[in-house]
Amino acid sequence: MSASKDAALRAINKPAALGPDLDISQYSRQPKNWEPCPISSLPEDIIRRALEVGVLPEQESRSATFFQIDHSVIFEAVQEVFEGKIEIMSAKEALEKYDWLKDYWWKVISVDTDKYTALAELAWDQGYFIRILEDQKVTIPLQACLFISTDNLNQNVHNIVIAEPGSEAQIITGCTLHSSVQRGLHVGITEFYVKEDAKITFTMIHNWAQKFDSRPRSGAIIEDNGVFVSNYMCFKPLKSLQMYPVAYCRGVNSRARFNTIIYGTGNSYIDVGSKIVLQNEGCRGEIISRVIATDKAQVYARGFLQGEHSNTKAHLECRGLLLSDEATIHAIPELMAKAQGAELSHEAAVGKIAEEQIQYLMARGFSRSEAEALIVRGFMDVSIFGLPKDLERELQKIVDITTERAL
Amino acid sequence: MVIASQKIEEVSFLTKNILDVQDLSVEVSGKRILNNVNLQIPRGEVHILFGPNGSGKSSLIMTLLGFPAYKVVSGRIMFKGRDITDLPTDERVKMGISVAFQNPPAIRGVKLGGILRYLLPNEEKLNDLLARVNFPPDFLNRDINLGFSGGEIKKSEILQVLAQGGDLIVLDEPDSGVDVENLRVLGTVINEMLRDRSALIITHLGVILQYIDADMAHVMMDGSIVCSGSPLKILGQILNEGYRWCEKCQRAKTLRCEL
Repeated sequence: MSASKDAALRAINKPAALGPDLDISQYSRQPKNWEPCPISSLPEDIIRRALEVGVLPEQESRSATFFQIDHSVIFEAVQEVFEGKIEIMSAKEALEKYDWLKDYWWKVISVDTDKYTALAELAWDQGYFIRILEDQKVTIPLQACLFISTDNLNQNVHNIVIAEPGSEAQIITGCTLHSSVQRGLHVGITEFYVKEDAKITFTMIHNWAQKFDSRPRSGAIIEDNGVFVSNYMCFKPLKSLQMYPVAYCRGVNSRARFNTIIYGTGNSYIDVGSKIVLQNEGCRGEIISRVIATDKAQVYARGFLQGEHSNTKAHLECRGLLLSDEATIHAIPELMAKAQGAELSHEAAVGKIAEEQIQYLMARGFSRSEAEALIVRGFMDVSIFGLPKDLERELQKIVDITTERAL
Repeated sequence: MVIASQKIEEVSFLTKNILDVQDLSVEVSGKRILNNVNLQIPRGEVHILFGPNGSGKSSLIMTLLGFPAYKVVSGRIMFKGRDITDLPTDERVKMGISVAFQNPPAIRGVKLGGILRYLLPNEEKLNDLLARVNFPPDFLNRDINLGFSGGEIKKSEILQVLAQGGDLIVLDEPDSGVDVENLRVLGTVINEMLRDRSALIITHLGVILQYIDADMAHVMMDGSIVCSGSPLKILGQILNEGYRWCEKCQRAKTLRCEL
């Protein structure tokens, strides 16, 4: 038995440090069987749900596509013009193809972190391998969809993203489920390796269901002059979500940025944080989060900046908007400096919509509810994330559709 | 519904005054801030409102707009012949009241351009307005009032009022905190805007009067209008003697509320 299996077995009952503890035996391990097919020939409702999380059926709008339903990989392809520049395939296939890949497996995240990482090792259901080859600048985003079509299913994916030196790419990952699915558990391990002078902009959009649980576990290692930008959006209600992705700025002048937008509704329990560890000269980090909580949603917005080297700098900004007296927003920003010359700062603000702002907009002719909607939409303005314009437009569209429905 | 609105139109046609504030008393958090205010603005006239800091000028504007914190304890506000005392803000605005605020709040993520395009969907006309107030088009992408300089706030407010249109233009200190150059731009634009319109303009030092012709001025002290008359004459007195001149005035003494 391998060392990681061993460690996983020991950790399989270990609760996570944060979030409600789940009984992982209550979920089904019996998926529907899906045969490989082009995305456009998938059922209409699956295509529609995928679209809502940024996954497009037309291949020409994306440089590469990976599509997994339940435990089956149904599509993986690189657009012809990008062949030889990027690789996309199931992680299982990649492990068979590349012997060296084992050096990237469980190297950012420990397999024995908690029962969910252990579960992903012991009951592993695919996931993707994405590699941007050296010096390739990929202008059109890659996309991956992790879809659940079976009620109460447990899906455990393990993804690896490698940006070889000097490469650049944007990746959009949408995680969602069929409208008939109410319950289930999604565990997603994603390990990022951003090498010298490489840049990855990773966007993850989650749409789950009211009784669904999600436990993503992500980590990134960034080498000299590398840049890692992570965007996370979650707008639909779910039972519980807990994640605390971490970026290690290991190389000189490496940078990390986490942008998060959470719209907590219904009875959702959401505990989302971001952590940046600055480990070398000139490292920079930024965490920006926007949290809205309404109905009876409980949202924890965490942030952790750790400065381990002099001449490093990072800032954390967390804003929360509370739209209901029964909802909660708990902002927990943390700073830890372990070296002189690590400059860390944070600002956090939680409150309701300012009456003064509503009145100002009403004085321009907006009704009260129109004014509120405008303010909420403005609160989730993605232009502050400093993303490429096309991606910004795409994400803003998703935000707009969500707010329109919600308000 | 149709009959009712026709009636309103009919009435509004007949009334001489576009705005008729009658014996208006207002409280904020239980504290009296306006006391028996009477103010009539005939159609097509431009009126100036002077008064020291804290005398209630801006409160009168907030009350005209119907902001909920401003509780009308007696009196009423007639606009175009209709009693608007209990109408919500947006309905008053849609009837034709346009206000440029003195200290508008910043709203993150709400773009100035978004508001302007709502008020004036015609892009060509909007660009024309931007040019008139000498505003670069990229300003439209800024979050409204966030990090705006004093002058930028004034311009942005005037721009919104221009886009909004309306029949009664209310400007709260359009000339304070603006440099000479921008004052000329704003003064010219405001003067054009007020042609064929009625207006109520709050000013401290009356600088705006270099650019516009006003028909009448009022002085507000301690929540009441204590004096009305020729704008230039009143301004002259205030500049010479300050508001002490009003305090000495016998007529003003009898009118002032004793709180």
